Order: sequence, then C-alpha cells, then structure tokens
Amino acid sequence: MNLTLIKKVAGLRGMRTAGMVLVATGLSACVTINIYFPAAAAEKAADKVIDEIWQVPAGQHPAADQPTVPATTPAVPAANQEPKP
Amino acid sequence: MITRMQPVSRCLGWLPLGLRHAYAVVKALLCGAFLSIALTLSAQAAADLDVNTPAVAAVKASMQSRHVQLLPYFQSGAVGLTADGFVAVKEAGLVPLSQRSALTALVKDENADRTNLYRGIAAANGHPEWEGEIQRTFAIRWIDKAQPGWFVQRDGQWLRK
Repeated sequence: MNLTLIKKVAGLRGMRTAGMVLVATGLSACVTINIYFPAAAAEKAADKVIDEIWQVPAGQHPAADQPTVPATTPAVPAANQEPKP
Repeated sequence: MITRMQPVSRCLGWLPLGLRHAYAVVKALLCGAFLSIALTLSAQAAADLDVNTPAVAAVKASMQSRHVQLLPYFQSGAVGLTADGFVAVKEAGLVPLSQRSALTALVKDENADRTNLYRGIAAANGHPEWEGEIQRTFAIRWIDKAQPGWFVQRDGQWLRK
C-alpha cells in the first residue's frame, strides 16, 4: 500500500513538473517571437522611405491631381458665363 | 515473461494517472495555446515598422532635398549604390575637377544621413540591435528601385542597371 502511495505522489509531482515545463516553454517562445526581426515589415518600410526620398511616385501624383483640377475649373467659368448673356 | 510484463504494467500505471489529471493537462495545453495566440497577435500588431518619428522624418527630408543634387551623378555614373546600403563615388573622372570636392562632401553627407536613417528606424521601433538588418534590407531595396542606367554594386562589382 505504501509503495503505491509513494508512486502516486511521485506521479503527481511528475505531472506538476511537466506542467511547469510546458509553461516555461510557452514563456520562452514568447521571448523568441519578440526577438525575431520582422523582415517583411522592414522591406515594406524601406520601400515607403525610399519612394519618399526618391519621389518615385512623382510621375503618378501629377497625373492623379490633374483630372480633379480641370473638372472643377470648367464648372466655374461656365457658371460665370451663363448669367452674362 | 515477468521481465517482459514489467514495462507494460508501468505504462498502465501512468495511463489512469494521466486520465485522472486530464483536467490539469488540458488546462496547461490551453494556457500554452492561448499564450502563443496572444503573442503571435501582438507580434503581428508590431509587424509594421514605425518610420515617422521626428528624427527619422528629419533625416528623410534632408535626403529628399539632397537627392536633387545627387540625381545627375547617379545618371552619369559618377556615383553608384553600394551593396551595403550606401552611396560611393564610382567614377570621379566624369565630374569636372572643380566639382569633385563638392561631390565628395555630398556623398559623405548622404552616407551620414543613411547611417542615421537605419539607426533611427531601429531606435524608433525599440530595437537598436536591428540596425544592421534594416541596413541590409535597405541596401537590397535601394538597388532594386534604382533607375535603369544607374550603377549598383553586386558581389563587389559595379553593374549598370
């Protein structure tokens, strides 16, 4: 009887240590995740910064701005011209 | 026979014990799973690198205004992009003697700004140790984004894009 009791206690302790090991593994995994260098994010950030410095979308911005400018300007002269005659 | 049975009985002794404490086992597993999900989410939330701190913005503005001066040198091939994320005078002979000292200063200032840019981005994201990785990432992207005709360094050699 005593032997089985000792075995049970030992088993319980084993379970506890197993649980502790699991938690420790989880915690160490968390530290590892934070240390990883976010390569994809860095590439995205680099692209953004380089485009800003080199003004790569400079050719696209005026093209995007132009349609809005002529769209508003003809509307104003048209409104001004109509009441005159 | 007895020696063969012993390991089996040992295993059978562990099985009910594991079942009896199944709750603890499941709890530990769930805890681990929850932890890893939470950490993955937080890692993804921080996946975008911050490049808009005042220090980084100042360096960007400085480099932006200098680029107008550097552009003709990139186009003529007097200056090229190095493999380590900097710029270098590649062919000083293409520049009139009177402009060479100005060009050297321009390249020196540009490289100082680039160092500050890499260091600034790493610091802005709370990881100064990322400076080298950020510099390497930029080095590749500068070269990839270089316009045709510019000189870039690959494997220690200058190549015309």
